[in-house]
Amino acid sequence: MTDMNARNQTTIKASDQNHAHPERQLATSSDQTDSRGVTKSNMLRLEHLSVDFKTRQGVIHAVKDISLSLVRGETLGVVGESGSGKSVTSYALMGLLDRAGRVSSGRAVYAGIELLPTNESTMSDIRGREISMIFQNPRAALNPIRTVGHQIADVLLQHNQCTRGQARAKAIEALEHVRIRDPHQRVDAYPFELSGGMCQRVVIAMALACKPRVLIADEPTTGLDVTTQRAVMELVRDLTRDNGMASILITHDLGLAGEYCDRVAIMQKGLIVESGSATQIFQHPQHPYTQKLVQATPHGAQSVRDLLPDAPDTTDEPDELAHDRSTWSPPANGQALNAAQVAAKAVPILEVIDLKRSFAGKRSWIDVLSGRAAPLFEAVKGISFEISRGESVGLVGESGCGKSTTSSMIMRLLDASDGAIRFKGHDISLIGRDAFVHHPMRGSLQMVFQDPTDSLNPRFSALDSIADPLKRLMGIRSPSLIDKRVTELAQMVGLEEDLLTRLPHQLSGGQKARVGIARAIASEPELLVLDEPTAALDVSVQAIVLNLLADLRVRTGMAYLFVSHDLEVVRLMCDRIVVMRAGEIVEHGPTATVLNHPAHEYTRELLSAAPRPPDNPQSELEPIDAIVHH
Amino acid sequence: MANSNRSTFLGHIRYVVTSNPVTLLAMSLFAVIILTALFGPYLVPYDPLATTSQALNPPSWQHWFGTDHLGRDVFSRVVVATRLDLTISISAVALSFVVGVSLGGIAGYWGGWLDSVFGRAMDTIMAFPLFVLAMGIVAASGNTVQNVVIATAIINLPFYARVARAEVVVRRQAGWVQASQLVGNGSWRILFGRILPNALPPMMVQISLNMGWAILNAAGLSFIGLGVRPPTAEWGIMVAEGAGYIVSGHWWLVLFPGAALMLAVFTFNLLGDGLRDIVDPQRRT
Repeated sequence: MTDMNARNQTTIKASDQNHAHPERQLATSSDQTDSRGVTKSNMLRLEHLSVDFKTRQGVIHAVKDISLSLVRGETLGVVGESGSGKSVTSYALMGLLDRAGRVSSGRAVYAGIELLPTNESTMSDIRGREISMIFQNPRAALNPIRTVGHQIADVLLQHNQCTRGQARAKAIEALEHVRIRDPHQRVDAYPFELSGGMCQRVVIAMALACKPRVLIADEPTTGLDVTTQRAVMELVRDLTRDNGMASILITHDLGLAGEYCDRVAIMQKGLIVESGSATQIFQHPQHPYTQKLVQATPHGAQSVRDLLPDAPDTTDEPDELAHDRSTWSPPANGQALNAAQVAAKAVPILEVIDLKRSFAGKRSWIDVLSGRAAPLFEAVKGISFEISRGESVGLVGESGCGKSTTSSMIMRLLDASDGAIRFKGHDISLIGRDAFVHHPMRGSLQMVFQDPTDSLNPRFSALDSIADPLKRLMGIRSPSLIDKRVTELAQMVGLEEDLLTRLPHQLSGGQKARVGIARAIASEPELLVLDEPTAALDVSVQAIVLNLLADLRVRTGMAYLFVSHDLEVVRLMCDRIVVMRAGEIVEHGPTATVLNHPAHEYTRELLSAAPRPPDNPQSELEPIDAIVHH
Repeated sequence: MANSNRSTFLGHIRYVVTSNPVTLLAMSLFAVIILTALFGPYLVPYDPLATTSQALNPPSWQHWFGTDHLGRDVFSRVVVATRLDLTISISAVALSFVVGVSLGGIAGYWGGWLDSVFGRAMDTIMAFPLFVLAMGIVAASGNTVQNVVIATAIINLPFYARVARAEVVVRRQAGWVQASQLVGNGSWRILFGRILPNALPPMMVQISLNMGWAILNAAGLSFIGLGVRPPTAEWGIMVAEGAGYIVSGHWWLVLFPGAALMLAVFTFNLLGDGLRDIVDPQRRT
């Protein structure tokens, strides 16, 4: 019954008095500022929506009285940092809130149909067929033991879009639609046989299988490479445009929203603080929070210092930011660093010579019997580069290019297959992984890990974590000495003293990152490997951590190997760049040269794939020369 | 906010107990059982081994749980037996926990052929009906309390080894494990000092379930005449001795030791979730 209602638009329009002609209704919502929206129809409206969660600490108001509207053919970006309520909004809209969550007030109207306050029978009918959603982790969204073709067919059959006989043909058609090559073969593939980007396309194909009119994409490209991200986002944009759909892109990445969305709404702490066209948000951000976000987005910044606001405004900032400013010494990049570097330039601290690493594949018992060797996968195919004392080198590449394998080998967490790693003149690749743990050089080579949460022992307080290297590597035994040194280190990284007794889950992401950095610098290393140290952090926190790292390098004279896929961050942090692809170095050189005049086609591809927000066009990478230290 | 209170371990226990009434119940019962085991023998009204002429008396004010076929006070015997049954199960579980977790942890951490050998050994133990295996071990190695403990420990070994192995394998590649290697911790310290403590929460559930099984197992062995021997007061033996008198209507011989057994197993099964919450750092908010 409801099935028919949802499909039959005219019946509903007639029956709904308030929105008799939603298709022709003018966009009158207060946040509708897009001039083009005037002649377009509102597909989806949220009015004064509030969502509460019941937790141990009492009721949390995750979403507070927000109103949004979505017009046919447009992409709306909902941007906010973690905890801003952006995902909760979409879950509430789809009726997917977990048990603790509750829509406390407000309503949602889709094409004249009331979705909220919750009407479960209408909802289950609309969900998937009229409004569809794609989630963050495409692999988790797919059933690992069914072929992708079957999974698409399941959706189609569920919503009576085809018969069993047609299912396969329809599934192939759906795959074709999302530009998957060889859909006839791919339809029988299992999710694990496809790459992350491929999986996300399958998820999109499933979401679009029933030709929904609204697509909600919740961080659809997190964890995907920039080139894949570009492909997925362009696909979403084109499909939205061509099929007369509308989509909502939920993301933490202002740059991404800026490039692919028509309108952007900025959320902070459950409120929409600002909304408007993407250009408007980028060029004339009104709200202080938006200004902070725009500033913290690395694109176009000239130095890491530019990512932080200049004038202290203590209104609504995380306490860590306020603290950071108080301990921030005047930016000492430029000259001071140059002097130190020029002196040490000649001395390479690390030389990687023809480093190789291969992994053995699986050998079946037939192979074992017939004496056949296991197939080898070469992750790193003989790379060479060097890092001078106090220098910062960026190692850039997409997932699977071997950059993490390389950094693990340099860190001696992984043994090399061949080649040499000369650290201060000694070939440390000759020392086994387990033996190196007790080697005197262990303390000189340290690492900051990608995910601050994953890199801290859940049972160790911040103090225990930072004290660990002091006890093991520096051999400090006296508790009072350890306490003193930990406090010093905490001060260096801007971690407040009263946080030291907390366990990791009681710390914020930025605070955890600081603990990880303090632990890494506790043994006074000479080379610090930073493995995507800010990939798991919000942009404003990323800005703070990058500044902290730049500051620490000046103060301690450490050399950095900055492993990242984010060229914008590398541009700000590194003197030289090494670009890797499929286990090989395709290009390396000074930051300015590589980014301004990329010699290799792959570097150009990477550069062009990075989302470019519609901001001031004069920031087209040329200011790099100003910040690179020669 | 009672923050200072919560940050302490005792405060945390108080929080866990008060937030979940089932845990509170389990903890109270556990306390009663422990106190009975510790002080019961000094408090009981009669000597549990003294035979009298008042055989097979039903429950009365003199003998709360009645008397058995030799005129011994059933209440005194049930109370006194707590200590023996608890000792057997706790030492058996402790033994299998230590050995099983070590073996499983080592197998999971180093993997390779070690893992295969340990894994198959555990599978072999699991392949036998566990109670029959325990019977065999006790029968072969001699009929003593010590051997009952060892047999019970052996049949519980695979459960700990498997849980520990699985938990270690999951955590071995975690960032913080690599980080602790980077800051100079050797493999043994990482395994026993870092990874295994983090695997405690799921292990606690296993421990409390196993305590219940271990008590049942010890009682079962005594019931069929292995392990503890009469006239020692032990729940299994008491049930075994009383079983013959059910038909003649002397129900109290079986009911009370059986109820004690059931209560103990019930308590340990309930206790698991509470223990897990106590050792889980994530619960300390």
